[in-house]
Amino acid sequence: MFELRDYGDFETAWCPGCGNHSILKAVKDALFRLQLAPYNVLFVSGIGQAAKAPHYLKSNVFNGLHGRSLPVATGARIGNPDLKVIVESGDGCHYGEGGNHFLAAIRRNVDITMLVHNNQVYGLTKGQASPTSATGFVTKTQPQGVYNSPFNPLQVAVAMKAGFVARGFSGQIEHLSNLIQQGIAHRGLSLIDILQPCVSFNKVNTFGWYNQRCYMIGDDHDPFDRNKALLLADEWGDRIPIGVIYRNDRPAFEDHFDVLKQGPAAKRPVQKDVLNGIMNSYL
Amino acid sequence: MGNRSSVEDIVKTVNIVGLEMQKSVLNILIGGEAGQGLVTLSQILTKALVRAGYSIVVTQSYHSRIRGGHNTYALRVADSEIQAPAEAIDILVALNMETVEIHSGTLNTNGIVVLDEALGIGNASHVAVPFKALTSDRHWNATAVGVVSEILGLDEHIIDRAAQDFFSKHSGISVEDSMKSLNAGRDWMKSVSTESFKLVKPVGNSGRMMMNGNEAIALGALSAGMKTCCFYPMTPATSISVALCEYAKKMGIIAEQAEDEISAINMAIGASFCGAPSLVPTSGGGFALMAEGLSLAGMTETPVVIALAQRPGPSTGLPTRTEQGDLEFALHAGHGEFTRAIFAPGTVEECFWLTRHAFAIADEYRIPVIIMTDQFLADCYRSVEPFPVLELDHLDVCSDTMGESLPHLTYRITENGVSPRLLPGLSKNCVVAHSSEELVIADSDEHTEDGHLTEDLSVRIRMVDKRNRKLDGLKQKIVRPTFHGDSSPDILMVCWGSTRGSVHEACEHIRKNGTEAGYLHFSQVWPIDSASVNDTLLSAKSVVVVESNSTGQFCRLLRRETGYHAEKQVLRYDGLPVTPEYILEKLGSGKENV
Ligand SMILES: Cc1ncc(C[n+]2csc(CCOP(=O)(O)OP(=O)(O)O)c2C)c(N)n1
Ligand code: SF4
Ligand SMILES: [Mg+2]
Repeated sequence: MFELRDYGDFETAWCPGCGNHSILKAVKDALFRLQLAPYNVLFVSGIGQAAKAPHYLKSNVFNGLHGRSLPVATGARIGNPDLKVIVESGDGCHYGEGGNHFLAAIRRNVDITMLVHNNQVYGLTKGQASPTSATGFVTKTQPQGVYNSPFNPLQVAVAMKAGFVARGFSGQIEHLSNLIQQGIAHRGLSLIDILQPCVSFNKVNTFGWYNQRCYMIGDDHDPFDRNKALLLADEWGDRIPIGVIYRNDRPAFEDHFDVLKQGPAAKRPVQKDVLNGIMNSYL
Repeated sequence: MGNRSSVEDIVKTVNIVGLEMQKSVLNILIGGEAGQGLVTLSQILTKALVRAGYSIVVTQSYHSRIRGGHNTYALRVADSEIQAPAEAIDILVALNMETVEIHSGTLNTNGIVVLDEALGIGNASHVAVPFKALTSDRHWNATAVGVVSEILGLDEHIIDRAAQDFFSKHSGISVEDSMKSLNAGRDWMKSVSTESFKLVKPVGNSGRMMMNGNEAIALGALSAGMKTCCFYPMTPATSISVALCEYAKKMGIIAEQAEDEISAINMAIGASFCGAPSLVPTSGGGFALMAEGLSLAGMTETPVVIALAQRPGPSTGLPTRTEQGDLEFALHAGHGEFTRAIFAPGTVEECFWLTRHAFAIADEYRIPVIIMTDQFLADCYRSVEPFPVLELDHLDVCSDTMGESLPHLTYRITENGVSPRLLPGLSKNCVVAHSSEELVIADSDEHTEDGHLTEDLSVRIRMVDKRNRKLDGLKQKIVRPTFHGDSSPDILMVCWGSTRGSVHEACEHIRKNGTEAGYLHFSQVWPIDSASVNDTLLSAKSVVVVESNSTGQFCRLLRRETGYHAEKQVLRYDGLPVTPEYILEKLGSGKENV
């Protein structure tokens, strides 16, 4: 039996009032409620404020490059399919620098839980626009306001038939913890986009802004209904839905490989006789 | 394209009558458009020659397209050991006019052209095969096998078996019809009769494999204990991944095509971090995208092996040709300072052995290791003794893992810079982990011993020093350059990687002509042990660095590491491999200072 404190209690380098604190709480709560052994979990992150989160947890950690957490996590699942692999990073990391990996990971459907701290801004580099920044969002590098239209990760994920697509809000810790638990339990890639106020660099999308708009998706929504899910994922403005938007049960990457049912690669011996047979085919 | 009469003139110079001597070395060039069945003919012939015990060197040169374009397959064959391709052609098998036009200039005085009668060059001095009369369009390449193998006087049984093996592997081809066509070609050739290009029977050496550099890397990786190959296709590296994809299921490994090279190397690092030794095959452009990942492997101290098959750059360059232009890039790729090792096999056998070694070094020092080849070696078929794969040991990542002192510190400071290793989720000897003392924490930021990011600048110095200390260990294990030839020679050639065979043959040629010569071949180009080569360099009257690039990159590295400045260079950068003739010509013409 693991206690909540077994998942770590570290001092963080985040600003007071940052949504990341609440997300960290929700993550720990989810791990605790699922009773996952800290040493059976691997957190993979990129670079950014969000990407520091795994350092404040007790678990295995690979804190890699900006934007590259999904490929590392994919490799980790190949190396040891017994590990629970959770990817945690920011909106810039996942949707900007790592955009191609985001698309590929959905298609590949590796059993990874993907947590995106979406503060609609680049926090660590001090406030430039991110792919999810609203059009017109003014920053020092976009002084005339953002020209680009924002990236809608959830709608893209639904369109690409990701297996589990949800949105959480750092202001709803229990609800978020529940989403994370469902995401971890889902076999295949699960995307949980988490709205997170950045008190220092996003003065538009504040806690109050999100809090006023976020509403919980009701029981009447059938997440297996893709058309409805596409519409729900499109909803953004006065009302922002949070909860499970879409799911399906398509086979995970791992299901295609017998060898991934045989535990960690390190334990599997080299089949020299098979190799010898292969070599003899060159005779 | 040139007019017919000039081609006829060229062909007229060929005379196959009156040369009765058997040949111990022949250079056969098969040329045609892609998709013309060049592969069928070349593969069957090569396989049969290898099985018959001949030594072969194959050079493939092709256009970057699937159909059309001028492609050649040069097959140099000998009854005793040869090591290099040659330029002058003895038998030119021309599947189209373009081949005749481009290559008859390099035909030996007594060389012959084998071509389709329908190409309409009405000259008796070449082998004009009446393909139309002998076979259907579909099977003409089998007929060509019959013709050429008969010209060479190859054992019919061996040719038939090689052809049957080939045809039965390709669905949609009737083995029976193909063999009929082959026989028709053979019988026709017998009726024409020429003794002039019959090969001398080889001495021994049957039981060898027909294998190219990329295949040897794939087998070397499997034998080393590689468990994951992550790749994005790029010529000339692709066939490594293709081979591994083919064997993946059987061998219980995963070969995954990534969405791009950035993903490929990061995936490999993730897999390796979790205990699956990983290979990343690529070429220059892909390797450029991996630079940040290479640096990540250095910082997180994760083993990874990159097979870098070079092609001429910059940028997309000549996708299907050869060059050694990425040495300095491989030496310096990746930001920041970290330890790496770079190997450069000179033969197909070395591709196998050095790939195994690369995995061992990557694993032992927890560093990125690069194996550098090029299109020439990647595609170069040789006759190779089977490797003793049943007797060879392989990486045992589990036995490397040590959880003695807990809590585990991923970056524990040690004397040799290498920290005891643990795999995430596993405890010592890969037993399932059972305590939070066994967490594995890796970071691309500068970190403390426990793997958490730090900005403590004194820790920074200790960590840099720790990572740098790995180089000292690596230097103890350098694969020393091979020396061959006369001691204190008049001329010493220095080379690295794939040019070895050509330098060897050029060296032997010089020695036969009475000049003392030798060469040094580097199959490890980083780190280099200057002490062990300085004496050799200084003992020579003159030193020439031979390499496939335009600026002499290895020459500069040699100077930087040993202080020795070789004034002479033989450089080739037209996209074709360095050959013995090329070296000799440059040396002879005094144009070595290109
Ligand atoms: C290759 C590379 N480019 C740029 C950076 C600089 N950088 C670090 S974090 C970051 C953006 C972070 O934004 P986000 O991912 O949204 O995380 P946040 O800080 O907002 O949590 C950038 C541009 C980097 N570390 N690496
Ligand atoms: S800058 Fe923004 S995202 Fe970063 S810690 Fe501060 S509030 Fe959080
Ligand atoms: Mg952000």
